Amino acid sequence: MPSLRTNGFVRFENVQKTYDGRSLVVKALNLSIGRGEFLTLLGPSGSGKTTTLMMLAGFESATSGEIFLDDELINNIPPHKRGLGMVFQNYALFPHMTVADNIAFPLRVRAIGKAETTERVRQALDMVRMSNFEGRKPAQLSGGQQQRIALARALVFEPKLLLMDEPLGALDKQLREHMQFEIKHLHERLGITIVYVTHDQSEALTMSDRIAVFNDGRIQQLAAPSDLYEKPDNSFVAQFIGENNRLRGVTRALNNGRAEVEMRGGVIVPALAVKAAVGEPTQISIRPERVSLEPQNSEINLEGTVAEVIYLGDHIRIRMQVFDDENFIVKLSNGSARRDFAVGESLRVGWSVEDGRALDV
Amino acid sequence: MTAVELGTEGLERRLARAERRGKLRAFLLVAPLLAFVLLSFAMPILTLVRQAAYNTLVSANLPETTALIADWKVDAPVPEPLCEALVREMHAAKEVDPAIPSRIATFVNRERAGSLSRVKQVANADIKAPYCAGLAALHDDWAQPDIWRALKIVAPSFSPRFFLQALDFRLQADGSIRSQDSNEALHLMLFRRTLLVAAGVTLACALLGFPVAYLLAHVSLRVSNMLLIIVLLPFWTSLLVRTTAWIALLQQNGVVNDTLVALHIIGEKGRLEMMYNMFATLVVMTHVLLPFMILPLFSVMKGINPNFTRAALSLGATPSTAFWKVYFPQTIPGLGAGCLLVFILAVGYYITPALVGGQSGQLISNIIAFHMQKTLNWPLAAAIGTILLAGVLLLYWLYSRLVGIDKMKLG
Ligand SMILES: Nc1ncnc2c1ncn2[C@@H]1O[C@H](COP(=O)(O)OP(=O)(O)O)[C@@H](O)[C@H]1O
Ligand SMILES: [Mg+2]
Repeated sequence: MPSLRTNGFVRFENVQKTYDGRSLVVKALNLSIGRGEFLTLLGPSGSGKTTTLMMLAGFESATSGEIFLDDELINNIPPHKRGLGMVFQNYALFPHMTVADNIAFPLRVRAIGKAETTERVRQALDMVRMSNFEGRKPAQLSGGQQQRIALARALVFEPKLLLMDEPLGALDKQLREHMQFEIKHLHERLGITIVYVTHDQSEALTMSDRIAVFNDGRIQQLAAPSDLYEKPDNSFVAQFIGENNRLRGVTRALNNGRAEVEMRGGVIVPALAVKAAVGEPTQISIRPERVSLEPQNSEINLEGTVAEVIYLGDHIRIRMQVFDDENFIVKLSNGSARRDFAVGESLRVGWSVEDGRALDV
Repeated sequence: MTAVELGTEGLERRLARAERRGKLRAFLLVAPLLAFVLLSFAMPILTLVRQAAYNTLVSANLPETTALIADWKVDAPVPEPLCEALVREMHAAKEVDPAIPSRIATFVNRERAGSLSRVKQVANADIKAPYCAGLAALHDDWAQPDIWRALKIVAPSFSPRFFLQALDFRLQADGSIRSQDSNEALHLMLFRRTLLVAAGVTLACALLGFPVAYLLAHVSLRVSNMLLIIVLLPFWTSLLVRTTAWIALLQQNGVVNDTLVALHIIGEKGRLEMMYNMFATLVVMTHVLLPFMILPLFSVMKGINPNFTRAALSLGATPSTAFWKVYFPQTIPGLGAGCLLVFILAVGYYITPALVGGQSGQLISNIIAFHMQKTLNWPLAAAIGTILLAGVLLLYWLYSRLVGIDKMKLG
């Protein structure tokens, strides 16, 4: 797949966007999306994901910078000539048309013959397993069914690229998870390029080839799901994806990619230097499941106090105070030896140096 | 019956009682409004419809005359008992209320001009038997059948004659119907003109209002609020002021003509006649009724998610296809409501045509006012009003069949 990415089927080059002429909603966006890739724009609400998608679809114009699709500059091509399929958050099924007319719409505006239209509508309905619903109006369908029809409509004219803006946001959890797999399988079967917007990290992790984490109009990190979780580049990504413990300190020395971080009280804790500079404040980020209790031969061996113990069936969560972090979480699998912890009890915690990442503050 | 069933039955009864109490309370809350609507709205309308077809002035005051004249064949000589009853009952009616003979005379006079004093005379003159000869001696008209025929027409309590007159027909004494003399037949023409004007005003409002509503619905909230105030401004201004403003604009020496002359587009001689005619009625009514088109349209357009148009574009539709196939159909409920409102208001519009319409711009409501104020022919005015009401209800029914009244959005 990396070989595909290099040519960049979709390319944003130094794209900026402002709505009001004062603040940039998208700041210097550089992004290259490979043919056949499933790329997710993930970020909190207001971070500029929809704006980015709308610029790609042509509903918003880039204030500066260039957008290429298949090596063609598309900044000035109107949306209806871009040939992109798009699925909107509230599906945007035309309420006055039946399901079949909705799906036939992109074919009719392309003046495709009647027989072929009927055939392709049938295939599209088959694809989303909604064959018996062609005569219904959108209002007579459930959320999940509307979602499928919207998908069928966006795919029936075989677009080069499919854009989806929080398409599952309005569904309940179970249906959402089910649809995640359906969309994923559809992507694998059709080999279409998909740009997907969501603010739900588990959705992004499940579905994507790569994820671009947005915050404040910038891509904070662009990486495969596992890299994003295991190797966050900065504290925002570490914080946004998954659970994360933070220990604040000051970097005293850097050597061989290791940062010596001085905690409150003068204790030095070594960590992997990702974004740390000597003399600057930093924060060590550790995933809760990487922390072990009462470590035997660990380089890091710190003292903590149990503040709360929560039994969660498959695992136990222990909230502790470590240095000045009162929310230091330790996840203990249910199979581990000890499980009777008392609040106020003093415990030692440790982790391997590479699991603690020294990031920006 | 098991205990469980007994239990549920008790439950049902309790539920029914609780709901009944709730309904009663709800009804009591709206009762004052209901009474107000009934008294101030439904009652007058019913009275109006009644007045158009039912009048007991003659039948109650001259009961025997009414009965006898009903049996009289219009070509036969007038029988003596009829003459006798008329003379006796006219005198009796005058005893009850001195105004009644002249009101009866007015009724007869409407069917046969020149009967006013003839009928009034009967109540005043001292006529002895034989009565028919006595009447003939009073005036020769009483020897002719025409005045008797007029009396025969107005005598019954129930009579379709005002409805027929409203449609330019006349009821005749023998029960046949003829069309109105051509110099008096103007109702049908006015009905037709009113419908045309209402249709024209509705069309103009739709054409002008649609883009305005579209603009209102698609600019930022701050701008749309300001524009909305401008749209609503006419509502807060007296109708009279607005109409007068149009007079200032459109008259011979008005702003528009002055401007055109100053720009040498027209000469001093060629000043356009835009006031006191049909043109003025159309322009001013369109202006006055425009908000009734814009508001329902605006409210419907506001509710149309912009993603519909975007979706259509992303699916490859050109902007115009997206507009006509996707956007426009969704505005139909608002457009329909606006058209219905404007049309119904326009059909009954009075003040504007009265002020700016001149002769050629008069509408059916002006003739209603004319009959009420000038000829004091209230039953005829009521009959025209009833026909108008029936037409509007018919329209409403048609609309609900075609578009569905439940889909109507008024704001
Ligand atoms: N049409 C618009 N006009 C003005 N500001 C907008 C518009 N659309 C979005 N914004 C602003 O741009 C920022 C980014 O919005 P958006 O791209 O929708 O974020 P996201 O999809 O990540 O939630 C937000 O602060 C939002 O208020
Ligand atoms: Mg968004």
